[in-house]
Amino acid sequence: MDWWFFLEVFVGGLLSGVMYSLVALGFVLIFKASGVFNFAQGAMVLFAALTFVRLLEMGIPMLAAIGVTMVIMVILAIAIERIVLRPLVNQDLIILFMATIGLNYFIEGMAQLVWDSKVHVLDLGIDEYDAFEIGEAFINKFDVYAALIAGGLVLVLSLFFRYTVIGRALRAVADDHQAALSVGIPLRTIWIYVWSTAGIVALVAGIVWGSKLGVQFAISSVALKAIPVLIIGGFTSVPGAILGGLIVGCGEKLAEVYLGGFVGGAIENWFPYMLALLVLMIRPEGIFGEKIIERV
Amino acid sequence: MYRFLSSIISFAVFFIVSVAIAGEHFVPITSYRTGPYGVSGAPAADGYVDYLKMVNARDGGVGGVKVAWEECETAYKPDRFVECYERLKNKGEAGATVFQPLGTGLTYSVIDRLAADKMPLITMGYGRTDASDGTVFPWVFPLMANYWSISTAKIKFIGEQEGGMDKLKGLKIANVYHDSAYGKETLPVLLKQSEKYGFELKGFPVAHPGLDQKATWLNVRRYKPDYVILRGWGVMNQTAIKEAARARIPANKLVGVIWSCSELDTIPAGKAAKGYNCSSLINPGSNYKVFDDILKYVYDAGEGTGDKEDVGHQQNYKMGVLMGIMTVASIEKATEKYGNKPMSGEQVRWGIENLDFNKAKLQEMGIDGLIPPFKVSCSDHEGSAPVKFQRWNGEAFEAASDWISTDQSIVRPMIVASAAGYAKEKGLTPRCN
Amino acid sequence: MFYREAGQFKTSYKKDQAILPIFQDKIAMVAMLLFCFIVIPLFANDYWLASILVPFLALSLAALGLNVLTGYAGQISLGTAAFMAVGAFASFNLQVRIPEIPFLVAFLWGGLCAAGVGILFGLPSLRIKGFYLAVATLAAQFFIEWLFTHFDWFTNYSTSGVITAPPMTLLGFAIDNPLSKYFLVLSIVVICAFFVRNLARSEIGRAWMAVRDMDIAAEAIGINLMKTKLLAFGVSSFLCGLAGALWAYVVLGTVEPQAFDIARSFEILFMVVIGGLGSVSGAFLGAGFMILLPILLNNLGSLITGGTISTETIAHIEYMVFGAFIIFFLIVEPNGLARLWQIGKEKLRLWPFPY
Repeated sequence: MDWWFFLEVFVGGLLSGVMYSLVALGFVLIFKASGVFNFAQGAMVLFAALTFVRLLEMGIPMLAAIGVTMVIMVILAIAIERIVLRPLVNQDLIILFMATIGLNYFIEGMAQLVWDSKVHVLDLGIDEYDAFEIGEAFINKFDVYAALIAGGLVLVLSLFFRYTVIGRALRAVADDHQAALSVGIPLRTIWIYVWSTAGIVALVAGIVWGSKLGVQFAISSVALKAIPVLIIGGFTSVPGAILGGLIVGCGEKLAEVYLGGFVGGAIENWFPYMLALLVLMIRPEGIFGEKIIERV
Repeated sequence: MYRFLSSIISFAVFFIVSVAIAGEHFVPITSYRTGPYGVSGAPAADGYVDYLKMVNARDGGVGGVKVAWEECETAYKPDRFVECYERLKNKGEAGATVFQPLGTGLTYSVIDRLAADKMPLITMGYGRTDASDGTVFPWVFPLMANYWSISTAKIKFIGEQEGGMDKLKGLKIANVYHDSAYGKETLPVLLKQSEKYGFELKGFPVAHPGLDQKATWLNVRRYKPDYVILRGWGVMNQTAIKEAARARIPANKLVGVIWSCSELDTIPAGKAAKGYNCSSLINPGSNYKVFDDILKYVYDAGEGTGDKEDVGHQQNYKMGVLMGIMTVASIEKATEKYGNKPMSGEQVRWGIENLDFNKAKLQEMGIDGLIPPFKVSCSDHEGSAPVKFQRWNGEAFEAASDWISTDQSIVRPMIVASAAGYAKEKGLTPRCN
Repeated sequence: MFYREAGQFKTSYKKDQAILPIFQDKIAMVAMLLFCFIVIPLFANDYWLASILVPFLALSLAALGLNVLTGYAGQISLGTAAFMAVGAFASFNLQVRIPEIPFLVAFLWGGLCAAGVGILFGLPSLRIKGFYLAVATLAAQFFIEWLFTHFDWFTNYSTSGVITAPPMTLLGFAIDNPLSKYFLVLSIVVICAFFVRNLARSEIGRAWMAVRDMDIAAEAIGINLMKTKLLAFGVSSFLCGLAGALWAYVVLGTVEPQAFDIARSFEILFMVVIGGLGSVSGAFLGAGFMILLPILLNNLGSLITGGTISTETIAHIEYMVFGAFIIFFLIVEPNGLARLWQIGKEKLRLWPFPY
């Protein structure tokens, strides 16, 4: 066995996993605050990335473009709260889930109507092919930077949830909409906060994935990669999203490289789910998920 | 249920209203401008429509009869395509002329319907390979070159790069393919060639849609191939080109198939794509009369469908124009036999089967040099045109080879055998003799 | 005025629990069946039969299957398309290996195989709940798609990995034109719809609903959770498998495993939620919404604008309108189209003199 190669696969997997976590984070935020599985997260990643890249193409400097896109994502969050969520307060979760399906179609259409449906190159000025050479293994620098961004984001968000008033209010809302309302938590504001945050996380994910894949419609499907991450980490845990990403990324890469050859390859699509299934058999609420307590 | 019924009725009413095209050749255009492959599909549809517009503006249609068309969005899904096919096949005075699905999965979904509908299908550079055998598949035309033929040219190209076919012996070639019907289509012919030329072949499937291919390329790197054939589609291509660069495989050792040969694949890959090779049915460059005419008659009149800068430059757009050329040439051929009136699918089928793109014809259509001369016949629905290889120089595609002829001594027997199997399964009697 | 149940007394539990307890409903049902079996075939053209009604019915059947699992038994599944694929490939393989088998038997076999696979992937439901359960069915989705793509045995070693349905004959009649296909699919779907409707009001159906509402409580009153949940998975997958066989044999004819991808699973889930969870008519309404609306918008788009706007713009606007429609319907009536239909019926009872 070639240990350098193993190291490269292992670290490469961890770094890929962090990229998945970035997308998963958006899901976690909304799930945590409203119990909704936001199907439109992929579309939000697409919309944010397209907005950002088109602003750049108009000649706006990068930081300003990030700022403007953030503002647009906040406006989008406010609009979603006004038009979609407010009339659906206190409905079943499956209905809110359904609303996000509608939202998904709407945002996908809007993103491509307002901007366009071409491939846009997003160059952040980081050399994507530069690698740290450790022994005989190459560790890509771009991936490392992406991982650092994701790690930083997670740290900030976990602290935010744990120590701020808004963070605690978010958790209260997640437990029970009505109970939270009755103790005076402004549900609407909270929802705007959380959807805005999810929008900004979508922008970060969009920038990172967009510079990897080019900004185009296909990046909305990175959401699929995030589902096993969510499940392993637990739907409600921010650090769980990172840990889940690491497990999924490194698990699928190792499996593809070392097991794929025996069964014909391309097992990357289903392997993470089998892994997630295994985790769930042992811990049905995910590794970091809140313990499900059921009473009759 | 009433709601449902009333919607059915209102639906039916406007179908009756909307069928109103008369006295024109009707060209159904099934395109995909949305969904994950919409990026590639849109410029092709633009090219197709622009060419038809140009023919109407310049020549007043084909044989004095205007060309009419309608676009139907398939989103690259077989069931949507079947719906479009059924919707458009009887439109126009004489019915639809010819369908071009622009997708292998889409092609498969209608092949069994063609004979009953008397509807020809042009699948240029894609689709069911053994349909090149016109004795078994009278209605399908994989014009110019099918997947297997192109594959033989590709191996010849690699041989050329190495300085002779005998140098192929002992080479290691990795085949990185899209894990689908499309991706698997060339596996048998590659295997056959590896036996013939003695190179080593290993396949690396990439799970759809191929957003993250790190593991695959680590595997490829471990295999240490001399060449990598890239058989991708959509977002998979540029990711693959990038990952290849990360795995320290030089771009000039990558040889893409014709659906991995577009600016959409190379530009997003940035500098990693410089030196990347791929096969194509057309010559690079925009110095052809057909593009000048499109600019002159369509874009200068403000009628352009796509972006002006795509015309004559963007590869998918050029493929779209080529689709238009094939349709128009087939209709034209049919009018020579059946007279100047709207053509039906059956008449156009005869036209396609008797297409002869000789030098004079190519010059007349303003595409001399853009595509090589080729000729279709009753049994050969392909025409076995040679294939061009292109190389990305960082800014544009340029020719990487001459026209490389395909090796029909390998392909033809395989096609005949495979088609015979299909004929037996379906109880068809071969024709043409 | 016409839709009023006054004077229709139920003198036994049996009558009270009938499938259609109200006389007018019976008439409406008979009228609808007559309409589907006689009027539509008389007036619909081949385009309508082959490319709208037949796919609509086949997907309705899949939605019905998923509705058993998600709507009645409360277990979320994102693997519907995989179970459809199992049905399609199993029927195909049985017929290829033993050509004498009639296709209806092959369909049944397809359904049974799908049921077996469904039960296998349903096993984790005994321990995992809610959205977390989706992972088990997603595992099924990706694993089965991969399996059929990679092992050529399943496609009978076809070079490109597609399966082509053998010709179908029933009692000497060849089922090859749109009309006969329509009758075949319609009959199967009607039988299955009655089967589900009946099952739902039986002991099994009531057990499913108890599990859906709260499984611990259901267990406490003596419902065997394992049996109930797995039965739901089995019945649901059976119907999906049947739908898959119809999709392969009748709708498309030639199918690659990618026709049963995750997008299809989501599409069917959307049908069920939009149509209305836990209702047979909901499956049909939802399928109608998801299939007919995009086609309608596609037609309307080209009709209204008449080529003045680029098709690309129209396509994007279609997406937006479609999404907006879903949200609009939810806000108007969160419990799906089936609930809207029910409200309509309530209104009809009082018409024309609402108080």
